[in-house]
Amino acid sequence: MQMPRRMTVAERINEVLRPIPVWLVFCLGALPGVYITAGLLLALTGTYDLFGTRLGIDPVKTIEHWLGELALQFFIATMAIRVLRDWFKIKLIKFRRTLGHLTFYYIVLHLGVWIGLDLQWRWDEIWADILKRPYISIGMIAFVILIPVMATSNDSAIRRLGPKLWQNIHKLAYPAVLLGAVHYVMVQKVWEIEPLIYLVVICALLLARGKALLPKFG
Amino acid sequence: MAHRYKSDLSWSDVTPEHVYLNRRAFMTGATALAAGSIAAPGLAATSPYSTDEEPNAWEEITQYNNFYEFGTGKGDPAQYADALTTTPWAVEIDGMVDKPGSYSFEDIMSAMTIEERIYRFRCVEAWSMVIPWNGFELADLLNMAGIQEGAKYVAFETLYRPEEMWGQTRNFIPWPYREGLRLDEAMHPLTIMATGIYGKDIPNQNGAPLRLVVPWKYGFKSIKSIVKITLTDTQPEASWNMLQPREYGFYSNVNPEVDHPRWSQASERRVGGGLLAKRIPTLMFNGYQDEVASLYEGMDLTENY
Repeated sequence: MQMPRRMTVAERINEVLRPIPVWLVFCLGALPGVYITAGLLLALTGTYDLFGTRLGIDPVKTIEHWLGELALQFFIATMAIRVLRDWFKIKLIKFRRTLGHLTFYYIVLHLGVWIGLDLQWRWDEIWADILKRPYISIGMIAFVILIPVMATSNDSAIRRLGPKLWQNIHKLAYPAVLLGAVHYVMVQKVWEIEPLIYLVVICALLLARGKALLPKFG
Repeated sequence: MAHRYKSDLSWSDVTPEHVYLNRRAFMTGATALAAGSIAAPGLAATSPYSTDEEPNAWEEITQYNNFYEFGTGKGDPAQYADALTTTPWAVEIDGMVDKPGSYSFEDIMSAMTIEERIYRFRCVEAWSMVIPWNGFELADLLNMAGIQEGAKYVAFETLYRPEEMWGQTRNFIPWPYREGLRLDEAMHPLTIMATGIYGKDIPNQNGAPLRLVVPWKYGFKSIKSIVKITLTDTQPEASWNMLQPREYGFYSNVNPEVDHPRWSQASERRVGGGLLAKRIPTLMFNGYQDEVASLYEGMDLTENY
């Protein structure tokens, strides 16, 4: 009698992951965003103070930084999926698009809080910052190059554009995530450990993609 | 205080803290009852150098700090500064002074007259507060030591004691933290050594037992927990200036027209106003232009930032 082949660790992980629906990952990932958005809307309309004292003495900075970190965390999760499959045979591809959408959502919120609550629509200062401050310019470039990625992050765009062009567009995520990490490191007044850890993790993920980082022509 | 201003008020005249804390409610008229009972002592006069702006709450002043000796997070100092022992404490005053030596904190306090100064405080990070300091003019302390002819600058140093200040075990700033002023800046009556806030001893996270306060300069110039003061004829080293000379100049006067290379200094957020607090324009010399602009007459403030 032949013994059944023992499952590898990756296969067992895939077994556990398979039944998890995408919408559940979306809902869990959106929770902090929903909490922040709801709290901001309630505060802006003067309806209810959802945050209380939880955001500390300077709630604007707390939210701004929190959203920036969430954006980077979801970006890392999105990037990690392909690496996990290629290197460890762990299959999470079905979650990738949702995680990408959440990343963009947190970036938009982060930018919105900076413009609306931090700089408060002072467009002179906002434009001056975007043009003159390298760390803000870098963050802004990352946001702008993600717009076509987000806009084509759906099945019909793949059909319309064809797989090759579509893939090349989505490779814009690689420079964007790197710029995001650099943006975080540069915000600090001194060399802080936490942003450097993000930068190292992101560089490692990018290196793991190897030649795939480059666009394909022809 | 250097006999320039004689206060006939005693500590019993000082507005109690709860009155300050209630002032917000008082101003908005939200608590009519409280207003009735506090109106008289609440209006007690203070120093002519004090602003009449509403001070920040004790909690805001003592829970939101930059004191990298205890970590770089704004809440870190409040969390970790308990480890610091401030008794005994002495300040070494040396260099170009007549009476160099180690001055104990008690001896300094018994020689000085403590006064309240409600000052605007503007951080280089573009946030600000209003803080009711208690302290004495630095000029009084320097005169006590006797300033010698030829002294042009004053150098300050913070305590270096990594076993109590864990941030000093990390080398993101060359320790000990040091700062400096030109002698005329140091002797200016606005420049004080603060030993209290709201009539209480200054908490460790705010720079116990004594720290500099120079209200027209960015907050990092107001060095905390001072153990050494040196009179010298050469411009002293300053920690942030050593670290990033392009971002933090020796003068570091509050100036809305000269931006920090990484952000604008044109406006600021007043801490304590909550999520929707309105940004306010930053004032030249943090609003102390009438008092200090003459110190910099003829100087290019873009060059000497």
